[in-house]
Amino acid sequence: MKVTMNTLARWLGATALCLMLLPGAALADYQLNLSPPVSHAGFVAYELHNFMTLICLVIFIGVFAVLGYSLYYHRKSKGYKAATFHENLAVEIAWIAVPFVILVVMAVPATKALLDLRDSSEPDITIKATGYQWKWGYDYLKGDGEGVHFMSVLATPRDQIEGKAPKGEHYLLEVDNPVVVPVNKKIRILTTANDVIHAWSMQEFGIKQDAVPGFIRDAAFKAEKEGIYRGQCSELCGKDHGFMPIVVEVVSEEKYAAWVGGQKKKMAAAMGDPNKVWTLDEMKAYGAKVYTTNCVACHQADGKGIPGAFKALDGSPIATGPKPDHINRVLNGKAGTAMAAFGNQLSDTDIAAVVTYERNSWSNKTGDLIQPAEIKAARK
Amino acid sequence: MEAVHDHHAHGYDHHPSGLMRWVTTTNHKDIGTMYLWFSFIMFLVGGAMSMVIRAELFQPGLQFVSPEFYNQMITLHALIMVFGAIMPAFVGFANWMIPLQIGAPDMAFARMNNWSFWILPVAGSMLVGSLFAPGGAAGTGWTLYPPLSVQSGMGMDMAIFGIHLLGMSSIMGSINIITTILNLRAPGMTLMRMPLFSWTWLITAYLLIAVMPVLAGAVTMLLTDRHFGTSFFSAAGGGDPVLFQHIFWFFGHPEVYVIALPAFGVISEVIPAFSRKPIFGYASMVYAIASIAIISFFVWAHHMYVTGIPLTGQLYFMYATMLIAVPTGVKVFNWVATMWRGSLSFETPMLFALGFLFLFTLGGFSGLVLAITAVDVQLQDTYYVVAHFHYVMVAGALFSAFAGVYYWLPKWTGHMYDETLGKWHFWLSLMFFNMTFFVQHFLGLAGMPRRIPDYALQFADFNRISSIGAFGFGVSQLLFLYIVVKTIKGGKKAEANAWGDAPGLEWTVPSPAPYHTFEEPPVVK
Repeated sequence: MKVTMNTLARWLGATALCLMLLPGAALADYQLNLSPPVSHAGFVAYELHNFMTLICLVIFIGVFAVLGYSLYYHRKSKGYKAATFHENLAVEIAWIAVPFVILVVMAVPATKALLDLRDSSEPDITIKATGYQWKWGYDYLKGDGEGVHFMSVLATPRDQIEGKAPKGEHYLLEVDNPVVVPVNKKIRILTTANDVIHAWSMQEFGIKQDAVPGFIRDAAFKAEKEGIYRGQCSELCGKDHGFMPIVVEVVSEEKYAAWVGGQKKKMAAAMGDPNKVWTLDEMKAYGAKVYTTNCVACHQADGKGIPGAFKALDGSPIATGPKPDHINRVLNGKAGTAMAAFGNQLSDTDIAAVVTYERNSWSNKTGDLIQPAEIKAARK
Repeated sequence: MEAVHDHHAHGYDHHPSGLMRWVTTTNHKDIGTMYLWFSFIMFLVGGAMSMVIRAELFQPGLQFVSPEFYNQMITLHALIMVFGAIMPAFVGFANWMIPLQIGAPDMAFARMNNWSFWILPVAGSMLVGSLFAPGGAAGTGWTLYPPLSVQSGMGMDMAIFGIHLLGMSSIMGSINIITTILNLRAPGMTLMRMPLFSWTWLITAYLLIAVMPVLAGAVTMLLTDRHFGTSFFSAAGGGDPVLFQHIFWFFGHPEVYVIALPAFGVISEVIPAFSRKPIFGYASMVYAIASIAIISFFVWAHHMYVTGIPLTGQLYFMYATMLIAVPTGVKVFNWVATMWRGSLSFETPMLFALGFLFLFTLGGFSGLVLAITAVDVQLQDTYYVVAHFHYVMVAGALFSAFAGVYYWLPKWTGHMYDETLGKWHFWLSLMFFNMTFFVQHFLGLAGMPRRIPDYALQFADFNRISSIGAFGFGVSQLLFLYIVVKTIKGGKKAEANAWGDAPGLEWTVPSPAPYHTFEEPPVVK
């Protein structure tokens, strides 16, 4: 019995090893390497990774072939008698020197690749990407499209995440407003953040850059192929870290110009008429939309929040107390908590709407109607 | 090499029995045993958390836990495994084996030894207990980066105090180990004759004393930022969030070697024993350990390539990091040369040592790939990194700890473990480990970020394979518990030299090792 168990264990081990080597052949459809790059820096990193992996593989096979020989022939069970040597200066120096030379060989292309990657000089377009918990804000600062700005939020419906609806093709990798850039133009991305550290990354472009609150970092790419590229926030930023994707659409120059035109019109429309007077129902209906995009992640659809982590709005002293305190909290946030200042993210109309919604939803029945003009006044 | 006095019988007269024996003990063997059991319990707790993680990741969508609880699981899994399981396991080995290896009667500061152990359960309960704090445990990842960690609830404060306690325990343990090794060696046991396991701990203890206060400083600044209005890590008050990362990784990178060096030490004991041949290149092994320890202080920012450090910084840290491959290579080559033309046999400790060698080397190579800045930018914060450090931590440190347990269990218990079951444990662990973590390289290459509770559809199949592997790995470790308990209760009687001709003073005392050993120092010739 003992022998069979042992043999079985060995077979199991051998099978495991084979299984490890198989995936390359059996799973041809799966992505086993970095995504195909579309920028120079991405391409250089791709090649460098292949080069490094190949060298490592060769050394690995070399070392373990020697070990394998030893494991097979130098066995006690075969009656092999142990030698007694335990040092050899020449050999010991060789296996310091040879790896060192190999490292130098690796360092040369590695240095070159890094210099290419870090070159963010003379961009055609500069875009600022701001990380928020949990969405991205984009401001086109320089070049064609200057002045365009928008928020970019996960577009996957909640039902898909909770398994109540079938998942779409681009599940978790789709946003309402993608970043659009022209092909073959050098784009400089400035990253910063509003609350905690996030990271803006796009594998096909070969870049990943932390977005640190209070500081500006940069990265640059020139996409050489039109298409839609998808990435994700790459620094743990709290609860919905996994739900703030990055989508970049690389388009022709003509399409880009058209997009900029459309975007500017949209922005003008979104500003709304700050002097327009809304009815309570209009305001609540619009406020529900703003709430779903900006507030629901923490405060939840039922306004109950998450006990111990995110405050409830339903019956809260702020949302049922004096109006100015409520408006102030939404505009300026609360320091030292996850409550962000929405003053620079949302328009007067948005804020008026969401405050109105919060004061008249769930068990909150203040009956208060806030007009955009009041927000405008509160900002001063 | 003789002069072993068996004080078994009268040794027991002097101390309380029952629970108080363990609470008040100052015996290095008792304390070593407690460290090992504590670490195993923490290993199961941390392991249970990884089961929650892998269950959630079994398929896309949110099934079992909320994202915020998922974040708490990844944070506690890491903190508990690093500080609660792996580090105490090797301190347990140190307590048991260093006095036996160098011919000392006990640790130098026997009472402090008791204290450094008994702090641990308090710290461990603080970490686990933080789950029940309002808002739950810290959900920031074990790296505790601000400003996220400034936002968190009370669970974060408990983690901070837990880390303070763990640091105290480590520092006391380290002082004890250094003093023991430098002062209590038997006559003739010169430093350059000392077994490599003791050597690795001597150097590790210095690393710990150097870096634990740095971590304590970092989390204390976090604490004052959270509660006392300081702005060390907040730009609004003139601080910098990235400063925390520099301090954390100045601790964090040497910490990797705090875990790896004793693992190297165990492997350096096991391989010669089952090759029936002395370790190849003893002196170069010692120098390699020392150089790895020293270089480990100068490479911390390779964890921070994408934080916006300057180009020159990226270049320097890349070159320095690559340099670590040289002494690490020396160790691997020396182990292979030790086996070359040895007379090899493959008992369970040797199997785990070979598993270590094979997989740790793989982890070393993925580390070299990650050292290359332009490539790391693609892989930073993806599953490639997760795969990399689990090859180093699990297949490296944990497999080495298993090798050590099977190797010394006869000495500790006086019984041989069940060899067939031991081999099963090895092969199951090896298979499920690779099933869990090998595929994660591909997930990382395809761009799946780490620390996310839900993922895009193209990552589904590899995640499923990984989860199945993880469940299998988890269950296999219960077999280990069974084997150890079975060995404690009975089994074939172990000889003084359980392996026939294993080198080292520990094999000159009877098995199980008497309660007091080397009261008269042995003479090493």
